[in-house]
Amino acid sequence: MFFRTAWLVLKKDAAIEAKSWEVLTTTLFFAVSCVLIFSFAFVKEGRAVEDAAAGILWIAIAFSGTLALGRTFERERYGETLRALLLAPAPRAALYVGKLLGMLALLGLAELLLVPLIALLFQATLFARPLLLIALLAGGTVGFCAVGTLFAAMLVRARSRDVLLPILLYPIIIPVIIAGVRGTAALLGATPDEPTAIMWIGVLGAFDVVFVTLSLWTFEPLMAE
Amino acid sequence: MRKVFGPFCALTGLMFACAPFLIARAPYESTMGLVQKIFYFHVPSWFAMFTAIGICGVASLVHLFRTSPRADRISEAAAEIAVVFGLMGLVTGPLWGRKAWGVWWQWDAKLTIALLLEMTFISSVLVRKYGGPGSDKLASAVGIFGLAVVPFVYEAVNIWRTIHPLTSVVPNLPATMGLPFWFSVAAYMMLLALLLMLRVNLGKRQAALDELYLVYED
Amino acid sequence: MSLRRFLIALTSFVLLSAPAFALQPPKGQSEFVPVDSVPLTDQLPAAPLLITAYAFVWIAAMVYVWSIWRRMNKVEADMRVLAQKMPHR
Repeated sequence: MFFRTAWLVLKKDAAIEAKSWEVLTTTLFFAVSCVLIFSFAFVKEGRAVEDAAAGILWIAIAFSGTLALGRTFERERYGETLRALLLAPAPRAALYVGKLLGMLALLGLAELLLVPLIALLFQATLFARPLLLIALLAGGTVGFCAVGTLFAAMLVRARSRDVLLPILLYPIIIPVIIAGVRGTAALLGATPDEPTAIMWIGVLGAFDVVFVTLSLWTFEPLMAE
Repeated sequence: MRKVFGPFCALTGLMFACAPFLIARAPYESTMGLVQKIFYFHVPSWFAMFTAIGICGVASLVHLFRTSPRADRISEAAAEIAVVFGLMGLVTGPLWGRKAWGVWWQWDAKLTIALLLEMTFISSVLVRKYGGPGSDKLASAVGIFGLAVVPFVYEAVNIWRTIHPLTSVVPNLPATMGLPFWFSVAAYMMLLALLLMLRVNLGKRQAALDELYLVYED
Repeated sequence: MSLRRFLIALTSFVLLSAPAFALQPPKGQSEFVPVDSVPLTDQLPAAPLLITAYAFVWIAAMVYVWSIWRRMNKVEADMRVLAQKMPHR
């Protein structure tokens, strides 16, 4: 019942998205323009600074993720379907998981585009240890989306919701950014520093476990009104 | 609350007035000299902040799962007070660090996560102010998540590379430094309790006013 | 059910943080060593910092107490205004 509900929510969102591809295309394009702005900001003597690659990757993920979060829930608010969802005889936490999976898919696609783009623009050897990089990105994205989905759902009915989402979200996910950037930077050195990267993956894993659990637990009372 | 408030206030004031004398009589530290004495303000500030965060977290949990207005007021008060003590810690720290390490700020793990905790609770205060209806539950969630990040703070200095003194400094304090230190901690804790009482009282009066408005509008 | 989830979460957390604990950093200063006095040249520049720190703590506490007092006055004033209006309804 739980996973069926989550799957149904995911399918519903995917079906709506498939009609216009609005959120996906605009998120992808925003991520690309984010990277471009940063690469111009860090240009030195006409060439982009190489060490900035890890940081720019994670900032682009954070910023485009924040926008995408706001807009997925905006859709629910606009269509006034949020109440219908909450009235459905399904465990509320399953709604959360469905939304989370949708966000993960969206950000996953964005990362699929961002990683080669950054590797290209910054001559960064991001593909030296692909499995470790995938683990880092997966761990970081899950952590970001777990907290982000919860806060975006909470803020749907609040005033000033657009600016409140980053204000609330960023301090909480800074450990994710630190771990992600340091782990990615460790992989980008002349010889990829595997033990450090693995340590940071461990930290991300711990963060994910704690915060997914916490989000599942608090979703129900938060949406109770 | 009224009866105990006056003497409590006086006692706290007295402790804070005495503290400098005890601190002045404490021995100098061998590598850092006089400036190490900021330690007696800096570490108790963080103890007080962590206590306030703990109170806020617990009260937030209670309010979120049981919708208790009293717990909500406590959580609101504790969040504001955590911001105040955090600010004290974040100002006294760089003042100490400037002399001891030569830099105002350093992106080592403990400082970074202390700063982000401060930002988390500032965002909680902002959400209560600008979030509109329902923002008490949002602020509770932020308080809980802020509390969940605290273990990362305490272990951070022991895992990552840092020039910050380790968390083993406090348990290993010699007796001559221990007395002024624990005295300062006690003084800060009393200040925390005092501020909490004041702020919760304010929250109660505000709630009473809101109810009065509701009755008035009928 | 939730106890089971909690135990699963706790176990996963402990197992996943093992690599994080395995990598140890160089030791920072592990304890304070007291001495009786310090050469005068080392004392003076630190005093302004110490005094600023102490002053800031006092000022921050006072400002906060003042802000609570100010808000309380506003609430009390509003209550008095409302109490005056009430009997007339």
